[in-house]
Amino acid sequence: MHGVFDIVGPVMIGPSSSHTAGAVRLGLMARKVLGEQPVQAEIHLHGSFARTYRGHGTDKAIVAGIMGMQPDDERIREALPLAKEQGLQLQFKQVQIDGAHPNTAIIYLTGASGHMARIRGASVGGGNILISNIDGYEVELTGQYPALVTIHRDQPGIVTRVTEILAWNALNVAFMRVSRQSRGAMAMMILELDEELPRTVVEECQRVPQVQKAFSIPAIG
Amino acid sequence: MIAFNTLAELFSLAEEKELPLSEIVIAREMHDSQQPREAVWQAMTANWQVMCAAIERGIVNEEKSLSGLTGGDAKKLYAFGGKGYLGEQALLAAAYAVGISEVNAVMGRIVACPTAGSCGIVPAALYAAQQQKEYDAEQIIAALFTAAGIGMVIDQNASIAGAEGGCQAECGTAAGMAAGALVELAGGTPQQVGDAVALAIKNLLGLVCDPVAGLVEVPCVKRNGFATMVALTAADMSLAGVQSVIPVDEVIAAMAQIGHMLPHALRETSEAGLAVTPTAERLTRKIYPDA
Repeated sequence: MHGVFDIVGPVMIGPSSSHTAGAVRLGLMARKVLGEQPVQAEIHLHGSFARTYRGHGTDKAIVAGIMGMQPDDERIREALPLAKEQGLQLQFKQVQIDGAHPNTAIIYLTGASGHMARIRGASVGGGNILISNIDGYEVELTGQYPALVTIHRDQPGIVTRVTEILAWNALNVAFMRVSRQSRGAMAMMILELDEELPRTVVEECQRVPQVQKAFSIPAIG
Repeated sequence: MIAFNTLAELFSLAEEKELPLSEIVIAREMHDSQQPREAVWQAMTANWQVMCAAIERGIVNEEKSLSGLTGGDAKKLYAFGGKGYLGEQALLAAAYAVGISEVNAVMGRIVACPTAGSCGIVPAALYAAQQQKEYDAEQIIAALFTAAGIGMVIDQNASIAGAEGGCQAECGTAAGMAAGALVELAGGTPQQVGDAVALAIKNLLGLVCDPVAGLVEVPCVKRNGFATMVALTAADMSLAGVQSVIPVDEVIAAMAQIGHMLPHALRETSEAGLAVTPTAERLTRKIYPDA
């Protein structure tokens, strides 16, 4: 059963929990994956998002999230001019993605350092989201829990090395998923945790041999 | 640990422990979220403040929504006040509900209750009740917990999403939540709360979700005003001693069944009903010229 504040709540900027509040969260998630100030964003909208984004302010909402705003931030409606002021370049495209959830967006971000991130996610109702792809890896991420992400070589023992570090630091894994491009190639592991991850833990995971990159995605509230 | 899956279970817990319904809902939330009472109470108080701010903004709002379909009607209703057939307090309640929904449509801040599309009903009913009966803030916050408990049971046993159950799931649920909360505020018994919820929902059963241009505006904004009237009527009927022949949990089950039977085209897809009327199609082309 849902809690009291799932029914009387959340506090949000209208008009739609799926097309506005959930869209802010998709943008926010993309921002967390990029992990730095974005300077360029290309946003692809599919299905109902593509058809109705103007009336629901979905474009403003995603951009607000990319700039780090929460779903109850009253600046959301001014997000497009604010992005311009901050030097964030924007491009929108209406696309058709076979089999995708009707409220799907793909967000391509480029950060100030030149680092890039791509996420694909859907707003699945009531402001909840599901991220299905990060940088080409299939994932299932809701943003409700802090997550540790590793990109590593697909070989025996890596998963244990990383989960051992979490165990030593008394961090409990709530959900976990490993995916790979092909056997022995690069793989991605996502561990959703019950507690926020200290930076030192992420750094420790980064030092595991065969881990190319480890980063954390804070819960998006 | 306190748990309830039906309103009958919620009511018997309250009777057993000789506590108001709101206290049972608060106790469950404290256990579930592992938060102290103060934190849970504070969070609801913060929600009530957002609701009140939306009402105050709504009744003076002249701004049109992004689509241009709504905006400015709450102000008209508020000004009309005592001149109508409805009593002044009832018409003001309708104005508050329409006002909150207009604030939602102009990308203002609201509290989903249970959804953004139905966000005006519970706060409008409680705000009007507070003015009329001079309830204190504590009583209103408690009533919001009662409303939440009712909504939690409906969410669990039916649905609160228009895409799943049609508008009965959104505005129907909100009217039930509001009606039950009003009865508890007025000192009604749990049985009377249940009757009010049942009466309100029964009169919105089958309501479809067919919004023009897929937006949370037509008919949603004005419907928030109408559903608030259903809530007030249901609360008054129950307080007067009128009972629902069908018990409330059975009404909720009926709502779930009807929701499942509603065609996809009438569940927030804008493929039928009001959304495909010639006027709606003309408006839709105007709003989305390149679609």
